[in-house]
Amino acid sequence: MDVAFIIETIIKIVVLLLVFSALAGFGTYFERKVLAFMQRRLGPMHVGPYGLLQIAADGVKLFTKEDIIPQNVVAPIFKIAPVITAATAFMAAAAIPFVPEFTLFGYTVRPIISDVNIGVLYVVGVMAIGLYGPLLGGMASANKWSLISAARAASVFISYEVVTGLALLAPIMLVGSLSLIDMNNYQSDGWMIWSQPVAFILFVIATFAETGRTPFHLIANDHEIIDGFGTEYSGMRWGLFFIGEYANMFFISFVTALIFLGGFGDGSLLGALALLGKVAFLFFFFLWTRAAWPDVRPDQLMWLCWKVLMPIAILNIVVTGFIVMF
Amino acid sequence: MSVEQFQDRNVGKQNYVTVDIEDYPVTGMDKFRRVCRRTFRGELFVGLWVVLREMFKFDIHTVQYPKEKLPLGPRYRAIHQMQRLWESGTERCIGCGLCEKICISDCIRMDTRIDENSRKEVTQYSINLGRCIFCGYCAEVCPELAIVHGGEYENASEQRAHFTLYEDMLTPVDDAIAQKQKEFPGFGAITPYEDERVTKTPLAY
Repeated sequence: MDVAFIIETIIKIVVLLLVFSALAGFGTYFERKVLAFMQRRLGPMHVGPYGLLQIAADGVKLFTKEDIIPQNVVAPIFKIAPVITAATAFMAAAAIPFVPEFTLFGYTVRPIISDVNIGVLYVVGVMAIGLYGPLLGGMASANKWSLISAARAASVFISYEVVTGLALLAPIMLVGSLSLIDMNNYQSDGWMIWSQPVAFILFVIATFAETGRTPFHLIANDHEIIDGFGTEYSGMRWGLFFIGEYANMFFISFVTALIFLGGFGDGSLLGALALLGKVAFLFFFFLWTRAAWPDVRPDQLMWLCWKVLMPIAILNIVVTGFIVMF
Repeated sequence: MSVEQFQDRNVGKQNYVTVDIEDYPVTGMDKFRRVCRRTFRGELFVGLWVVLREMFKFDIHTVQYPKEKLPLGPRYRAIHQMQRLWESGTERCIGCGLCEKICISDCIRMDTRIDENSRKEVTQYSINLGRCIFCGYCAEVCPELAIVHGGEYENASEQRAHFTLYEDMLTPVDDAIAQKQKEFPGFGAITPYEDERVTKTPLAY
């Protein structure tokens, strides 16, 4: 392991952290704007041109607010919970190739921090750990809304994880590799969405549960349980939950685009732009559904995941297995 | 539907259309059918289309308040104003005390004296805005149209009394002589161009 590799990896990590922390901030801006336009409002308009500096204002507010640790909370767990959400979201990004390889000043850069051979497994697994943030934060908060939210986090957790894994199993069987780069290269003659449409739909549904976006926005449903696990949080600890949630949305969009929507194709500049376009659309879809769809109840989510999606996913795997064999 | 149908009060004779509510599913198979129907009818995509259409139409209803303001109706009752006579510029208030008397929240207080021309003169006039409910009785009862309601509704200040200093409520003399004073149409005033905007009530009766 030479020094150049270590320096390159550290630079990549820093760039990824900076870019996606900033993107998480822009994500909140886009969300507010898109939701506003869909509801015939204007959204943030006052800070900067078209409200663009709202992100800076929010950042200043989050960073400078007092960090309140309320009485009766389990302080160590309460303090560590937001870090779990944010950290696991970024850790999951280690195995995601964000753009194809490119050459910079005669030096080939591979924009993936570590192309581990269990890429998909690693990404899905580490992202799943992120749900411990709401779970532990909610249970440590000494607040009934937070406790309800933690219970819901547990119910969501045991529901969608099965669907995610089983839905991804069928594409993995076709590709024969768990690396996201192999997944991408497999689709050079046709996107996975055409050969695995059922797995795609199941995976998209599961990603909504995983990121806690609107049809399954049970964990922090403002109109039912205030802010759920975030009720007792303030300042940057709450901000870490937020960054984690939005970074997660971006990373899961990358994973979806790479596995099902052709990824970056042949690795040309056009392919890279296409990948970013796909990710942008998937992110927009997250916001779009929030404006359009109602939420389901926790028991409905469990019913959906266990009684509907899991049998379909298993059927899909069986059918795919037969096709692969014969 | 004709008017006669509504005028007939005998319930049960009219040909009302009942809303078609399907029966709640009882058996497991019925529930399964309903789930399938709801899943594949594409209602979720109708919702997506509706919000996307609104986004592209960009028919924004936001009023960016401090920069844009909605016009007030002529009947709007905001902070009081004291008017002057049009040409001479003397104060209209004759100190009759009717507003003080009718005020149902007892927030108007006035003091008068007989001045050297043996005319009644108002020496003190104050409105306690902490009690005023903006009912408009004072403006309605005033025989001289002296106290009226103005259109200033942005009343955030350190003290409510800032808005009811008598000198501030009073129209400046120059404005009155230059005939710039705005009259208050008062109760029952009709919004301008209301005739064009009135449409038929949808109910047949």
